[in-house]
Parts: sequence; structure tokens; C-alpha cells
Amino acid sequence: MAKTKEEYKDKKMMPKGQLESVGLGLTGACVAVVAIVVVALIFMVAQQGLTTFFADGIGFGSFITGQNWIPSDGRFGALPLIVGSFSVTLLSTLFTLPIALGSAIFVVEIQPGFGRKIFQPLVELLVGIPSVVYGLIGLTVVNAAMRSIFGAAAGTGAGILSGAIVLAVMILPTVTTLSIDALAAVPNAYREGSYALGCTRWQTVWHVVLKSAMPSLMTAVIMGMTRAFGETLAVQMVIGGVEKSMPAGLLDPAATLTTALTSGLSNATTGSVEYHALWSLGLILLAMSLFFILIIHLIGSKGAAKHD
Amino acid sequence: MSQDRVFEQSEHRSVQGVETEIEVKDFDLWYDNGGFQALKHINLDIPKSRCTAFIGPSGCGKTTLLRTFNRMCDFTEGVKTEGTLKFEGQQIFEMDANALRVRVGMVFQHPNPFPMSIRDNILYGPARMGKLSKEEGDEICERTLTEAALWDEVKDNLAKSGLALSGGQAQRLCIARALATEPEVLLMDEPTSALDPISTSIVEQLMVELAQEHTVVVVTHNMQQATRVADKTAFFYRGNLIESGPTVEVFSNPKEQRTQEYLSGRFS
Repeated sequence: MAKTKEEYKDKKMMPKGQLESVGLGLTGACVAVVAIVVVALIFMVAQQGLTTFFADGIGFGSFITGQNWIPSDGRFGALPLIVGSFSVTLLSTLFTLPIALGSAIFVVEIQPGFGRKIFQPLVELLVGIPSVVYGLIGLTVVNAAMRSIFGAAAGTGAGILSGAIVLAVMILPTVTTLSIDALAAVPNAYREGSYALGCTRWQTVWHVVLKSAMPSLMTAVIMGMTRAFGETLAVQMVIGGVEKSMPAGLLDPAATLTTALTSGLSNATTGSVEYHALWSLGLILLAMSLFFILIIHLIGSKGAAKHD
Repeated sequence: MSQDRVFEQSEHRSVQGVETEIEVKDFDLWYDNGGFQALKHINLDIPKSRCTAFIGPSGCGKTTLLRTFNRMCDFTEGVKTEGTLKFEGQQIFEMDANALRVRVGMVFQHPNPFPMSIRDNILYGPARMGKLSKEEGDEICERTLTEAALWDEVKDNLAKSGLALSGGQAQRLCIARALATEPEVLLMDEPTSALDPISTSIVEQLMVELAQEHTVVVVTHNMQQATRVADKTAFFYRGNLIESGPTVEVFSNPKEQRTQEYLSGRFS
């Protein structure tokens, strides 16, 4: 590659037009690689996942609404898993949201110094803890707590509620950090305007700050939900892993799309109906996360239009 | 929209023998917990139902003084004050800050409508003080928007976002919003510096009109603006009040060397 001094002298530098096309080519290639990976991924999951319905003769409707997931019996009803996924996701968001929002308000509106220097780094530490550690803590602390609070009704302590609590802690840093950013991005002029009208701090926070931060706060919540929806390992350790039938209550052991996918993989032989059914679960997961991202974009563009 | 017209309308009113709305006596203010003195021994009477202008170069303390009148200085950390500051005879720093701000409204340099409808912007202050019926809300919107010379432009579209207005309209919305709590005093911090000449002229005319029934205090970088709108003018320099008096006197016959130099543009 190295050129001699003479060559450099000779040419001085590449002609500008050529330089431009090299730049265009390089950056364009990067874009192409990303695009190909995304398309290939979606295509592969879709192709494998749809095989269940088109080649293996399982109806999409019965797959989605069937209440028993017993692959060894040839019964592929994914409803218990879908219900499991949604209930842990919604519950964990419900647990996390007030805490995240409350601490974001404290950090941005009341104690910015403490918040930025101490609280936020502390919360971000939670992001770095591996899932398996959360699972381990959940197994020993949360499940035990369930047993001591609810007694026999909780069984081993494993169940939807335990899964939701562990997930709530896991998504707390994401939702908190994004909420802090959302509140901090509210122009100070809004606060001044509100104070100048004789409004108190809480009136200002409630009626101006939260209101104008709403699109970003929604994004924070959905980012948290996306993470909760996709989390596998920690949930698997505390939820009980009962896939075969619908959970009857929050204390019942259950399973999610992700946990069923992981645990099923060890038994399924490549190319079998069960194998394809697992891909179908993957397809549902993929579709859901695309849906979440779509919502984020919709909120984003709505928010942008509002601020123009 | 000639500026002469505004000037004619303003016809400086006498400030002699007029009741004092805000009294500033031996007033000092420090920033940074005493590290920097921004106001030095200020003595000034703000006349009731008149327009008073604060002029002076950047950093002279005029905005600092304005922001003590409604205690917006409370939000700056490390502010210390000494001396007397009275609003209608009451010590400003002993009053409830929120109650004070309802009576002493403020308009900022950059128009800051809230990201909500025009109607909600107007009713923001009143709604925080108690429940409003629809009729009361309508009445407040029409009254304040008319006072702020914006009614005709927005009356058919009160649901429109305040952010969709032009700069000049947005500033008039902010004036209407400030009027909605029925304040006695209106503080204006360089209210036209971000506006185009036509909008500036409209807002100047508003200041003159509002000063009929309100006490208006305006901080301005624009000396001509002071001559056009203000009955009384106070000139600040480096935290000192150099000179104050009827606008005509300060501009035509300044007593102090510094004032003369500033007005003739020798420094800014």
C-alpha cells in the first residue's frame, strides 16, 4: 500500500472527484452491510417462523389462541406464553414508572447537583449488572419473599409476580435515566413562565414540565417495556417455567415467549414441527419489538411536530 | 406603522406627586454568596400607573433589579440582599412569593408560550388559583387578548398551539397570559429585543396603553424605546443608579456626566 515519495510527488493527491467517489463508496458500503443484515435477519425469522403455519399445517389462529403449549404432545398453543410475556411486561412497567418518574422529578427539579453527580451514575450502575445476577437475587430474595407474604398460595414463590418484580428492577435504570433526560430537556423558559404567574413548584412540575416532556416520557416507558419484553434469563430463573397451561393468577408459575423459546431449544431437533414452532415464537417477539419501535417513532414525530 | 404615532400617543405623563407602587431604598444585592455586588445602594421610586424604563449598558444591574420586584431572583442560587424593597408598602422579601407574583406579572425577553393551546396559555395562571367555569374562561381570554391586541388575530382559533404563533404574536400572548391574573404591576425584561420592527412597534404601543391602569416597568437596551414609552427613566451603570427622573428631563437635560455620555453613545 505504501507509496514512494516520488509517487506522492507525482500525483500530489487523488483527484477530488475520485476522492469523493471513494468516500461515497466506503460509507455506502457500510450502509449496505447494515441494511442487508437487518433484512436478512427479518427474512430468516419470518421464513422459519412461517413454516409452522404453511408447511406444518398448524393454523395461525389456533397457534395464537391455543391454551396449551405441550410440544411433546404436538400441542402448540402460544397463548399462555403471550399472556405471560405481556403480564410481566405491563406489571413491571407499572411498578417501575412511579419510582422512575418520582426520582426523575426529584433529580431534575429539586436537587440537580446531587442528581447529576451521585444519583444518575448510581442508577446507571444497575444497567451493568448481568441478568443472571438479577435472576439469582430474584430466586433467593423475591421468591422467598413471595412465600413468606402469601404462604401456601405462592407455592415455591416462582410466578408472574416474582418475574415482574425482578424485571421492574432491571428496567428501572433505563426508564429513570430516560425520564431524567426528558425532564431536563424541558426549556427553562417554561418553568420561569409558570413561576412568574405565581405558580408553586409542584404546579409547575405537574402542569408544565411533565406535560411538555410527555412524548419523551412515553418513549422512556416504551424503551423499558421493550427491554422487559425481551429479557429472558432472569425471568426464566424466577417465573417457574410452566408452559403447558394458562396461569390462573399472578402467583401462578408461568412462562414467557422468551423463556419457552430457550427451554424448548434443547429438546427440539432441527427441522421438526417443534423447532419451527419455536421460530414462530421468535417471529412474534420480533413483530412485537418492531411494533414498540414503531410507537416510539410515532411519538417522536408527533413530539417534533408539536415543537416546531 | 410609524414610530412617530406611538411617540405622539405616549405623551409623557407627569411622575411628580404620583403614588409610589414600588419603593427601593438603600438596596444592595450580591451574587455568589456575596462574591459579586450587582446592585449598590439603589434608591428609586416606581410611580403607580406609569411606565418606568430601566436603561444602561449590559451588566449594569437593570434586569437584576427588575427580577427582585417579583422575587424571580429567588431561583438564582447565592443571592443576598440588604435594604428596603416595598410593594404597596409591604416588604417584598417578607411576602409570600407566589402571592406576590400573581400581583406582579412578568414578560420575558424571549416569548415563552407554553406548549399548549392559546386558551390554555391564557388560563394557566387563573386555573391554578381556583376552578374556572367555561364562561369565566371565555371572559378572561377575550379580555386579556383584547388588552394585548391579539384578539382579532386569534379569536377564531383559540385551540391553536401557542407555539404556532409568530414571534410578535407569541410575545403578545405572553403579555395576555401575564394580564390574566389581573396583576397591578407588569415587569417587562427587554420584551422587544427578539422581535421585528413592526411587532416591536405594536408592543411599545401596548406598553403605553397598559400603563394607563397598570404600573409598567420595562428594561430596555433601546434608548429610543425608553423615550417613546416611558414616563420615568432610570439609568444604571455598573450596579449603581446614576440618574432617574421624568424621561424628558433625563434625555434632554441629564444631570450626570455618565448619563450624558451614555445617551450620546460614547459608551454602551
